Amino acid sequence: MSKIVARELNAWYDKKCAVKSLSIEINKNEILGIIGPANSGKTTFLRCLNRLNDLEPHFRIEGNVLIDGRDIYAKGADVDALRKRVGMVFALPLPLPMSIYENIVYGPRRQGISARQKLDGIVENSLKEAYLWDEVKDRLDMPAMKLSGGQQQRLCIARALAVEPEIILFDEPSSGLDPISTAKVEEAMLKLKEKYTIVLVTNHTKQAARVSDRVAFFLMGELVEIAPTARMFTNPRDPRTEGYISGKFG
Amino acid sequence: MNETLDTSTTPPAAVKETLLKQILNPRMVQKGAFFLLLLATLLVIVPVGMIVVIIVAKGAPAISWEFLSAMPSRGMRAGGIFPAIIGSIYLVGATIVFAIPVGVFSAIYLVEYAGNTLLTRMVKLAIINLAGVPSIVYGLFGLGLFVIFLGFGPSILAGALTLAIMILPIIITTSKEALDAVPKSFREASLALGASKWQTIRHVVLPNALPGILTGIILGISRAAGETAPILFTVAAFYLPRLPTSVFDQVMVLPYHLFVVSTQIPNIEQSYTYGTALVLVGMVLVTNLAAILLRSKYRKKL
Amino acid sequence: MRKKITEFIIEKIIILCGVISIVFVALIFFFLLKEGLSLFTTYPAGKFILGSHWYPVSEPPKFGIISLIAGSLWVTLGAIIISVPIGIASAIYISEIAPRKVRDILKSGIEMLAAIPSVVIGFVGITTLVPLVKNVFGLPTGLTALSGSVMLAFMAVPTIVSIAEDAFYSIPKRYKEAALALGATHWQTIWRVLIRAAFPGIVAASMLGIGRVIGETMAVMMITGNMARIPHSFFDPVRTLTATIAAEMGETVRGSDHYFALFAIGIVLFIITFLINLIADIYINKELK
Repeated sequence: MSKIVARELNAWYDKKCAVKSLSIEINKNEILGIIGPANSGKTTFLRCLNRLNDLEPHFRIEGNVLIDGRDIYAKGADVDALRKRVGMVFALPLPLPMSIYENIVYGPRRQGISARQKLDGIVENSLKEAYLWDEVKDRLDMPAMKLSGGQQQRLCIARALAVEPEIILFDEPSSGLDPISTAKVEEAMLKLKEKYTIVLVTNHTKQAARVSDRVAFFLMGELVEIAPTARMFTNPRDPRTEGYISGKFG
Repeated sequence: MNETLDTSTTPPAAVKETLLKQILNPRMVQKGAFFLLLLATLLVIVPVGMIVVIIVAKGAPAISWEFLSAMPSRGMRAGGIFPAIIGSIYLVGATIVFAIPVGVFSAIYLVEYAGNTLLTRMVKLAIINLAGVPSIVYGLFGLGLFVIFLGFGPSILAGALTLAIMILPIIITTSKEALDAVPKSFREASLALGASKWQTIRHVVLPNALPGILTGIILGISRAAGETAPILFTVAAFYLPRLPTSVFDQVMVLPYHLFVVSTQIPNIEQSYTYGTALVLVGMVLVTNLAAILLRSKYRKKL
Repeated sequence: MRKKITEFIIEKIIILCGVISIVFVALIFFFLLKEGLSLFTTYPAGKFILGSHWYPVSEPPKFGIISLIAGSLWVTLGAIIISVPIGIASAIYISEIAPRKVRDILKSGIEMLAAIPSVVIGFVGITTLVPLVKNVFGLPTGLTALSGSVMLAFMAVPTIVSIAEDAFYSIPKRYKEAALALGATHWQTIWRVLIRAAFPGIVAASMLGIGRVIGETMAVMMITGNMARIPHSFFDPVRTLTATIAAEMGETVRGSDHYFALFAIGIVLFIITFLINLIADIYINKELK
């Protein structure tokens, strides 16, 4: 069964329609890369998956989003529990104004975990999975804001992992990062796919090519085409896809 | 336009005209105008300084440990103002016990929960109205509701509740400003980790906004400590030979004591009244200064 | 789950606190009306508002507030004549001319002035200004409307400066830049462009200053002489609406007509300040456009 299913999804910010009749299925343990020009609805769709769009004033949604077969927009659905299962890494690194250690244990603490030993273990594991452990293991009490951009972003990945999600959403995670940090983030993503399902929104088609199993092309709120990465970049079926990938527009 | 005039040979009308032109020259006008503006500003600031200086100069001689710690005697012409100091502390303390939770939660409501609805508009209007009610009207309100209707009688309880409602706008407005200043991204990051809305407020937003909220509380304390009209009929006692033992007691308070000794007691030593004024002004200005410093330190951090 | 229940309760408490301000305003209005309107069951409202004699202890008592309104108006007028020009001028100086560091010091100084309690202002007035007025003008007493106006001007200035300064601060930079680019001096820009642009804010500041002064109690009570008679000049003693309540409530019997009359004055004050704040609010919103 697919991990995530969207059926006839429509989303509006006030009067503006950001996503139109979107239907897509995302498989377990795959990395789905979503590409497309600005304002194509990529980030809107991503934020529908963890219901972060609920925070936007005048946001409206129609259609279904099913995770493991259950509609996450159903009446009475537990949004906090959803966000624990579906983690997010944002475009600009967003460390909370606390130490590295506190950032990572923030999520688990809110879930009720307080045993020091357990938290220590979570911190170590998450940082290792995010390829950051060696760099910060001696200075966990340092304010997170003092890390470099690339390190902050990996911290955010570790932070998201600390709550043991099943799905991780990446919203243009390397937009503020230098190539080396970007490479480290991508390396982490490839390893993470073994345990998690990953949805990656990116403005860099090359990044999608490097990392994804399948690629989806969004244009003006619609899903134009979705295909395995190799075929997508060598033999796209839709002329609009071809146009975007080859740089004719975007 | 700096022509030199040979006043001996040019006719008087021309002299006058050139002089006039020099005065009405835009740069001169500006200099004159700016000087007047500076004068106006000094007219505001200098008297403040003078008031403080006079009070300090004339009140300092009266300040002694005895003055601050003894009970008044000889019809309040001698002894100390201890009960007034203690009464003020108790009253202001009780006031903020009520005002802080209601005020901060109100601000949280406005920032985190209120939508763009008519109700929200009404709440904001109500806060503005509360801020504009004259202090004596608060006194009447406190008398009508707390002293008489609820039967608390003139008491710390009645006075504190009245003052609490009066300083509510101060606390709400500053707390709201502090909460608004917390970046939206912090909230998003917290929620994205599965924290609930209240958890986000409690563990991320509030700690971050704390300095600003504290500033508002200190400003509220400063205000409550100096007010007389709201407490005239709700708590203030003319002369109480003993200290309060419960919230249902009346108390002596500094501002009312100053009013009494400066208007109702004849033949009182000048330094005594100035001393009372000094203690009151000292308390108020010190707390205000603390709030200002805290706020500027906090704003620099952002 | 326990967590969900606690959250639910906390959120309800937050909402309750949020709307409680509305409740408080309603309560204030209600209690004022409850006690104040009781007067009019035995004393005609017309005589209350228009009567010029306030003799609460005569037989029969007279509760005409015209002289009190006149007292409040005279003192307020005097205070405004003094405080508005000075306050606006200061606001202009602080926002446009003063160098940055001086600006911060000045603003703090004005904030401290605002913090001085009314009773202290009254005290300083009694001890310094009142004898001065008496001597300089050769009056039988220095407790006059003039003394009240001067001290109240002190209390109004911080409000006026603060709001007016905000008004100047929020003028879009391009107005100023356009004028300066055309060769106008700084002062000409201020006088012709900025004051016009900030005008709604200036009106709002003045209105709020008026509101502050009309609502003042202790300082006026201590220095205006407390004579409930319509004044003929600034050198006469006056009685304001506020001082009347403060001075007489202590001596009235609860439930007597005098008691109700004082609450009725409270209603008048509430309405006056409400209207003033309303007008000021309208002007503040005008400026924001």
